[in-house]
Amino acid sequence: MIGGKSTTLDARRKHSTATIAAVFLLPVAFFLFVYLFRSIFHMFQLSGYSWSGISRTRDFIGWGNWQRLLNDQNFFNAIGNNLIMVFACLAIQIPVGLLLAYIVDWANRRFKSLKLVYFLPLLMSAVAIGFLFKQLYDARFGLIGVMLGWFMDIPFNVLSNEQTALWAVIAVICWQFIPFYMLYFFAGLTTIPEELYEASIIDGAKRHQYIFRVSLPLISGVIKNASILCLVGSLKYFDLIYVMTEGGPAGATELMATYMYKTAFTQMRMGYGATVSSGMFIIITIISLATFKIMSMNFRRGGKIT
Amino acid sequence: MIQQRRLTPAAMVAVLFALFWVLVTALPFFFMFMTSFKTQPELFQSGSVFALPDALYFGNYIEILTGRFFMYLRNSIIVCSLAVVVLLIISSMASYVFSRLKFRMNAVLFSVVIACMAIPIHATLIPVFILTRDIGLYDQPLALVGPYIAFNIPVSVFVLTGFMKTIPVELEESAEIDGASKVRTFLSIIMPLAIPGLATLAIYNGINMWNEFIYALVLTSSVQSRTLPLAIWEYQGQYGVNIPMVMTILALSVMPMIIAFLILQERLIKGMMVGAVKG
Repeated sequence: MIGGKSTTLDARRKHSTATIAAVFLLPVAFFLFVYLFRSIFHMFQLSGYSWSGISRTRDFIGWGNWQRLLNDQNFFNAIGNNLIMVFACLAIQIPVGLLLAYIVDWANRRFKSLKLVYFLPLLMSAVAIGFLFKQLYDARFGLIGVMLGWFMDIPFNVLSNEQTALWAVIAVICWQFIPFYMLYFFAGLTTIPEELYEASIIDGAKRHQYIFRVSLPLISGVIKNASILCLVGSLKYFDLIYVMTEGGPAGATELMATYMYKTAFTQMRMGYGATVSSGMFIIITIISLATFKIMSMNFRRGGKIT
Repeated sequence: MIQQRRLTPAAMVAVLFALFWVLVTALPFFFMFMTSFKTQPELFQSGSVFALPDALYFGNYIEILTGRFFMYLRNSIIVCSLAVVVLLIISSMASYVFSRLKFRMNAVLFSVVIACMAIPIHATLIPVFILTRDIGLYDQPLALVGPYIAFNIPVSVFVLTGFMKTIPVELEESAEIDGASKVRTFLSIIMPLAIPGLATLAIYNGINMWNEFIYALVLTSSVQSRTLPLAIWEYQGQYGVNIPMVMTILALSVMPMIIAFLILQERLIKGMMVGAVKG
């Protein structure tokens, strides 16, 4: 009798849990479905059509767009630029960020505002940074352009030169994101207990020995995560590049995202734009999933804010 | 300890690099503010870009602030506040389910939401543009709210679920024994305790949306419905070669963030670092 009653209570509780779960998850599910899942599906569907985006009719051409994509020099050029950017950003942002994190950590007791100064670039939006540096690179009226001119026979704007444009843009991206990695590493450094440093010094370690033998190994997980963020982030850049160069000159700074935007919205080729977008989606998703797999151990632990 | 105070060559290099980086960080800002107080002829005629302005000239600021600047600002405020509020409410509801309720599909659904972090949002640009046009929201500030909410759900749910797991369950258990329903415990126990997490997320998402460019560019087209990042874009087209004017717009657009930074400081830094969980 009692047993029977408790099972119905249990069943009722389960039932109410299911109802609440369904109701509480509904809004999130709605937004994710409408804007993400449906969009991805729709994108792949569109990649089979030749369509301007305006006309009422669209022609189904099957794999036609995909064949064109595989032979599209511009797309592969964009992938190449994206890859150069990934490696350059990893090679510059992570070491400089790390160095600054150590400097800030070391200076923190005496000179706290150093961190706040270094933080400044994070206050600006990518669009604002893009326009600011576009002016700064001006060979006659820009701070950097004029300074670069001191080292050049005939001063030119580094943004409008095919050889230098990509590196000029990478320098700005580094300026924008180094503070982020600095703060990320700094947060990692502050989790190392003070006693560890004291113990190493008492044991006769020099400061550089402490850094290379004790603290760097301790934050290696943090460095790994930062590298993954940097890698995946570099594959998605759009705003800053589009504002500074629109992918030019002659495709020298074209990235997958800028190429996709220009195909779909400037040239009004929605169908082919969707194909470029799908290609980009596949490349980024594969790389992201692979890196998520690698960091999954750290990933589970994350999501804490104190 | 005394030994540590002596500056070794390595420490010298570190100090020099620290100063160098102060210059690298601050000079662009200095140039931006300095140039915004110059007139255009002043910049073109004086031989050097390094020259300080002759006098503090506010004409550029006056011209922009008496123009359409506040319309952009209003749009940005409406879009961001609406999107942040809705996002935080629905994300807390989902996080409550993921962190507290026990049912079979819980872990699976949570991973589905989190896996969305890996989706490059630019890939949804074309379909979202078509959808927005089809439902008649194209070229209205409201068009941006939906995408802004959707794209920030995964990080918000991830962070809030982690945060709610750290809230002890004993409080709810005693409330439940006293007969409170799940909805009641959510509203009167979990939500108040989650405020620190919600505040951090509000900062993080708010900044993201405030600076968002590509969706605002694609989903709106007229001045009446564009947000601040687009204002910079449009003024650039309008003033083009008038460098002091462009610098003034940039200075004005970064001003709200600098004010927020002066008020919030560490809180703002922490808020921005939430992005570190994002892939």
